[in-house]
Amino acid sequence: MLRAIVSHPSGRIGGTIVVIYVVVALLGMFDVTPHNPLQQYRIDRLHSPNASYWMGTDLFGRDVASRLMKGVGQSFFVGFCSVTLATLAGTVLGLTAAWFGKAWDGLVMRIMDVLLAFPAILLALLIIAIAGPGTWTSIAAIAIVYTPIFTRVVRGPALSIKAREFVDAARTFGSSRRYILTRHLLLNLVAPLTVQVTLALAWSLLTEAGLSFLGLGTQPPASSLGLMLADSRNLMETAPWLLIFPALAIMISILGFNLLGDALRDIFDPRTRRSAA
Amino acid sequence: MTPLLSVSNLRVGFGRNPLENEVVRGVSFELAAGETLAIVGESGSGKSVTALSINRLVDFGGGKIISGTVNLARTGNSILDLAKADEPVLEKIRGSEIGMIFQEPMTSLNPVLTIGTQIEESFRLHRGLTGKQATAAAKDALDRVRIPDAARRLKYTPNQLSGGMLQRVMIATALACNPRLLIADEPTTALDVTVQAQIMALLAQLKRETGMAMIFITHDIGLVAGIADKVMVMQAGEAVEQGGLGDVLDRPQHPYTRHLLGAVPHFESGRAARSDYVRDQLEMASPALRVDGLTVRFKVAGGVFRRSPGSVHAVENIDFDLMPRETLAIVGESGSGKSTTARAILGLVHPTRGGFATHTGRIADATDPSVQMVFQNPYASLNPRLRVDSILAEPVIAAGGRVNGETRARMAALLKRVGLPENCLERYPHQFSGGQRQRLCIARALMLNPSIVVLDEAVSALDVSVQAKVLELLVDLQREYGLAYLFVSHDMAVVERIAHRIAVLYAGEIVEIGDAASVLSNPQHSYTKRLISAVPSIDRRNQHFELDTRQVPSLVRPPGFEPPVAQWRSFGPDHRARAEV
Repeated sequence: MLRAIVSHPSGRIGGTIVVIYVVVALLGMFDVTPHNPLQQYRIDRLHSPNASYWMGTDLFGRDVASRLMKGVGQSFFVGFCSVTLATLAGTVLGLTAAWFGKAWDGLVMRIMDVLLAFPAILLALLIIAIAGPGTWTSIAAIAIVYTPIFTRVVRGPALSIKAREFVDAARTFGSSRRYILTRHLLLNLVAPLTVQVTLALAWSLLTEAGLSFLGLGTQPPASSLGLMLADSRNLMETAPWLLIFPALAIMISILGFNLLGDALRDIFDPRTRRSAA
Repeated sequence: MTPLLSVSNLRVGFGRNPLENEVVRGVSFELAAGETLAIVGESGSGKSVTALSINRLVDFGGGKIISGTVNLARTGNSILDLAKADEPVLEKIRGSEIGMIFQEPMTSLNPVLTIGTQIEESFRLHRGLTGKQATAAAKDALDRVRIPDAARRLKYTPNQLSGGMLQRVMIATALACNPRLLIADEPTTALDVTVQAQIMALLAQLKRETGMAMIFITHDIGLVAGIADKVMVMQAGEAVEQGGLGDVLDRPQHPYTRHLLGAVPHFESGRAARSDYVRDQLEMASPALRVDGLTVRFKVAGGVFRRSPGSVHAVENIDFDLMPRETLAIVGESGSGKSTTARAILGLVHPTRGGFATHTGRIADATDPSVQMVFQNPYASLNPRLRVDSILAEPVIAAGGRVNGETRARMAALLKRVGLPENCLERYPHQFSGGQRQRLCIARALMLNPSIVVLDEAVSALDVSVQAKVLELLVDLQREYGLAYLFVSHDMAVVERIAHRIAVLYAGEIVEIGDAASVLSNPQHSYTKRLISAVPSIDRRNQHFELDTRQVPSLVRPPGFEPPVAQWRSFGPDHRARAEV
């Protein structure tokens, strides 16, 4: 698996970016940063990048590099938690909808259709408007927004696997429902789910940045990439580093996850496997 | 006179490095106008690739002709080497000089266009016909392949026609421009045996009428006797033997040809039926399985404002019993209800009426460990993500058992018994061939020591030589474990090898049932007769297949419909057939 990713060109690039991103996020989360991200160095306000402040300082004299690492950590935390929740909810809903069918399938899929009818960011805004801003509401909002996608990704293949002969065979042995759902259905869904998780991580990062930019996600003084972008708007001309570095961080991370997701899709797809090898 | 087609030393490879992945290794043959060459071989022998190289469709599948010439004699005595021709030239030749029909008529036609439009396309492209002229030509083409009511059928879309009808449409399309060569790539493999006979008859007749040459590709050496003039046998990309029909079939030189001819189940009209089991009165009292009036109906869905138009009577009032150590074969064509019967006995579909009981006296259902099933497709019936030991453990876990040393010992013993190496417990299904997978499925079915095994077309998906070995294994296992088999199949030659008794299903009902020798040698119902006369055999040389365009009747009945009570006639101690009106 690892070898397949490394030998796939976009998998190699995407994988490297994702690994770097995760390392930076973990460092940020555990406060291993060049400076204290909350410390205000008054004399060095709006200092351009140098050896001490790798990405300069902001209006309050806080180190942008440290805040960026902290922000990446925050974005990663929100993205990881929300995608995990969405994957769990989507898998359970999709599997049960495919297996039981009939009224339950109809109910689940209609609710998912309603959720999918809203643009992602708008739906997240709506949920936060009701529940109030904050890290945990962002996580919940993003999870709810991405659950329908996972439900659909699981339900489709689950329906086709359900009709395969090995599931019939399992039923002739009298295998329990739980056994069939986990060993036969879920195990064969690992591939599409992995691809979807990778791609969903990219979207959730973007959504989190968007929410924070609008002031509805992470609240100051904690840092997040979206928040940093929002703060940099007025200083775009005097201190462009405030804008460039967080924007690059968002762009590159999403690029990385998307490349990795595309590579995984190629690797799992038997039709393209030959050309990828 | 120059032959129509002469292929010499053709080599074809695939992938980035065609020289390393050579699939066809130096094949040569000649074909005169009006002649039929049959290319016979098992899957992977390169027979299809050889044929696809002639009209160069192989280029689109990632293949590349490495060397060799394919010389086609064109009108006006010019000769064209197709192996070196350019794509624009090839486009003119395909369809107009070389027609082709494929294995799957269902997927070879565009489902959203009417068949009329699709036949007309050929006329428009190659003969420049338009509008009414093209429509008239399409109707003539359908008439030529004996599709009744052709004018009306032109407006049908492919889903409204049966497989046999669609294959006729494909033939009509291929013959639209009177090609001088027709390539038929397994044209009847996806079809029922009586439909196969109809298509073979049609091809033979059309060949006589038009004088075209034909390359007929098949894995079934039994089929070539009826149609071919010359036979070429392929193995691993090489033509191991070629010659006239009589020479190859009666005096095979190459061991592989002999092996193929030996492996193919010859249908011997009941003479080869098994005689190792005879029913006696004492045993009759305690059958392994007794089926009483089994009826399965599926309701046809109506619209919101429309009442359901009725039900599909898939299986209607089926009775039979099955003794221990006995094989009952259920034969019939697709849609006859034979698979539904098998699935009902396994509890996969619920019977509308009637039922069945095993020797334990209890009603069989999905959880009854004494009834197990082996499915048709060994590639679909094993979960690709589970290891062999997990696959074999599943029935044990399902029955509430534990996977302990005893279970593992049984797994190893059964694997050895079905002829698989013991070390394959840690492997995944994709590491096995089709025949090995089917052995794995058999081992899995035997894990719980069943008394009845339902075999649903269990050998149909396998190559003939593998088929023979799996059948042998099944017979051995039956003797060893005293198993009762319910063997569902459409292949009379296979059935003759394994069945003690035969039940013939037609349109959901048993039309004839009795001991195998008697049913096969002396069929009484007209449908059984048709089924048996359609079996291809290497002893039937260039026979005239009778053309028959009868369709299987619709099984959809209005609500509340009850079929009339059947009248049976006896023909011997254990052989009875439904009286025909």
